[in-house]
Amino acid sequence: MPETATAPARGTRVTYDFVTRAIARTLGHPGKGYFALLGSAVTLLAVGIGCLLLLLRYGLGLAGYSHPVYWAVYITCFVFWVGIAHSGTLISAILFLFRSGWRTAVYRTAEAMTVFAVMTAGLFPLIHIGRQWYFYWLIPYPNERGLWPNFKSPLIWDEFAIGTYFTVSTVFLIMGLIPDIAAARDVVSGWRKKLYAITSLGWRGTNEQWRHYTRGYLYLAALATPLVLSVHSVVSWDFAMAIVPGWHATIFAPYFVAGAIYSGVAMVITLLVPIRKLFRLEELITVHHFENLAKLCLLTGMIVAYAYCVEYFTAWFGGNPAERAAFWYRAFGPFWWASWTMIICNAFLPQLLWFKPIRTSILALFVISIFVNIGMWFERFVIIVVSLAGEPYERFANATYNPTWADWGIMAGSFGWFFMWFLLFVKNFPAVSISEVKEVLPAPTRGTAVHA
Amino acid sequence: MKLVNPLTAIFHPPPTPGVLGVFGHLDATVDAIGKLRQGGHTDFTVYSPIPRHEIEDALDQPVSPVRIFTLIGGIAGCAVGAWITLYMSYDWPIVLGGKPVGSIPPYVVIMFEMTILFGALATILGILFNALFAARRLGTVAYDARFTNDKFGIFVPCEPARAGQVEALLRGTGAEEVRRA
Repeated sequence: MPETATAPARGTRVTYDFVTRAIARTLGHPGKGYFALLGSAVTLLAVGIGCLLLLLRYGLGLAGYSHPVYWAVYITCFVFWVGIAHSGTLISAILFLFRSGWRTAVYRTAEAMTVFAVMTAGLFPLIHIGRQWYFYWLIPYPNERGLWPNFKSPLIWDEFAIGTYFTVSTVFLIMGLIPDIAAARDVVSGWRKKLYAITSLGWRGTNEQWRHYTRGYLYLAALATPLVLSVHSVVSWDFAMAIVPGWHATIFAPYFVAGAIYSGVAMVITLLVPIRKLFRLEELITVHHFENLAKLCLLTGMIVAYAYCVEYFTAWFGGNPAERAAFWYRAFGPFWWASWTMIICNAFLPQLLWFKPIRTSILALFVISIFVNIGMWFERFVIIVVSLAGEPYERFANATYNPTWADWGIMAGSFGWFFMWFLLFVKNFPAVSISEVKEVLPAPTRGTAVHA
Repeated sequence: MKLVNPLTAIFHPPPTPGVLGVFGHLDATVDAIGKLRQGGHTDFTVYSPIPRHEIEDALDQPVSPVRIFTLIGGIAGCAVGAWITLYMSYDWPIVLGGKPVGSIPPYVVIMFEMTILFGALATILGILFNALFAARRLGTVAYDARFTNDKFGIFVPCEPARAGQVEALLRGTGAEEVRRA
């Protein structure tokens, strides 16, 4: 077994029973810190709902759209949240297929993050369409007009990709939870025992159950792996299929996938630091796990930095005047601050992760991960808003685009919505996989005395 | 509420008579599985908190049929993706510059997504059907709450007359606790 796989076993206290009890303890009564965080999340959500109600009543004129910037903060947030989702599936499915032992302690949190991030992302196209109550027109269903969606449009591909991704990541999360809910069911008492008795679907860990379960889980991981790579590729084609300079590039699919995983890993770090503290999971989620996440962050960050270079190089080397003008506008136009925020946060700051003292410092990682989150939000803002604002085909139409309170309010609400679901999840369901953490421990055999 | 008789039989089946052994060690459990199979027992149930290849190897069961569900689901999804895109394109043709009304390359995206969606949902159904709904004697076999925590267990269904022999076998291989159900 590789050395990384036994990481949680280094402490002498970590036994099967310890794992069950440490994780079941997170389901109890969290401290004041938890409720403070939950309260802030709900407050943010309330702000977002207030703005959304006004938007429904008075229309999209409240947001800062101005010609030709008709895709703006809402689409930026959509791409941002879909991106956040990706590292969850990477950690839970791709690293599962690669048999990475260290993923066991962090994959549940990452996977829950995936589901809630896609849930958040899905709201934005619906908010953005203007007449939100007609969102169901996107779905191909027989109707009195005899119309069907245009399957040659990348927006319809996107709807199918996001719909599939949400469904598959949700069932993947639930499947992984079943044995752990059963383990929690057998150690807790009260109303939770009843809840877990129902939601564990009769799981008892029999050989028949494990035989079908492990096979099925393998196939789910094998299906989720190409899915995660496809979803952000399809999201990127929303842009790359159009002719706007700055969007129309073949590099977009791998560039978006790497960026998505990058932002997602940063978000996993941002979420794990407080969760580990609030629920006292220091023995299970160790510095070693954070270091591995940091390495993943560095790898994907380097790919993103490379993509930035290639974008500018292609614009110059390609010699297309429109393309060159767009990238000049991006770097030195009125939105220079957004472009440079993105480059500094995403390409320069993570270079600090080359140094081991920084990779192993939780506080440093937390700070860097927040900057990466900010940088990745600006990356989408730069690609979407700045490319549209600077598009050189309509010389006299270039806008000075300013987001309004309706944009910022709904964006803040989306963070509240995401964190609310995430915090409710970690308190009510096992936030660390019980059975998979046990799998990387040495099994109790007669030779080694392993006691509770 | 009292259920009528046939429903009672379905929802509250009588417990299966047999012997339940609780093991603290993986190797002891594997030994016991080997001894039971040598002794001609075939339909015993092994509980473990985690899936272990040692137990799988000792039981030597065929590969789970879940893979057939995945395969059929995936193929069906791909077919559905091809069908909805082509049928809907020709049912409401959008003719642009003499280009084909139903063009395969953009529809590959939809076909791919539907393959994954149907494949994943069929896998879930496969697991549920095989592991939960179709499991033999589910809910009638003795169980101990420690089996999801840190103990392994073996339940051997047998007539009370043979129970003593099975008890001795389980104890002999290192069971920490043996009880009749």
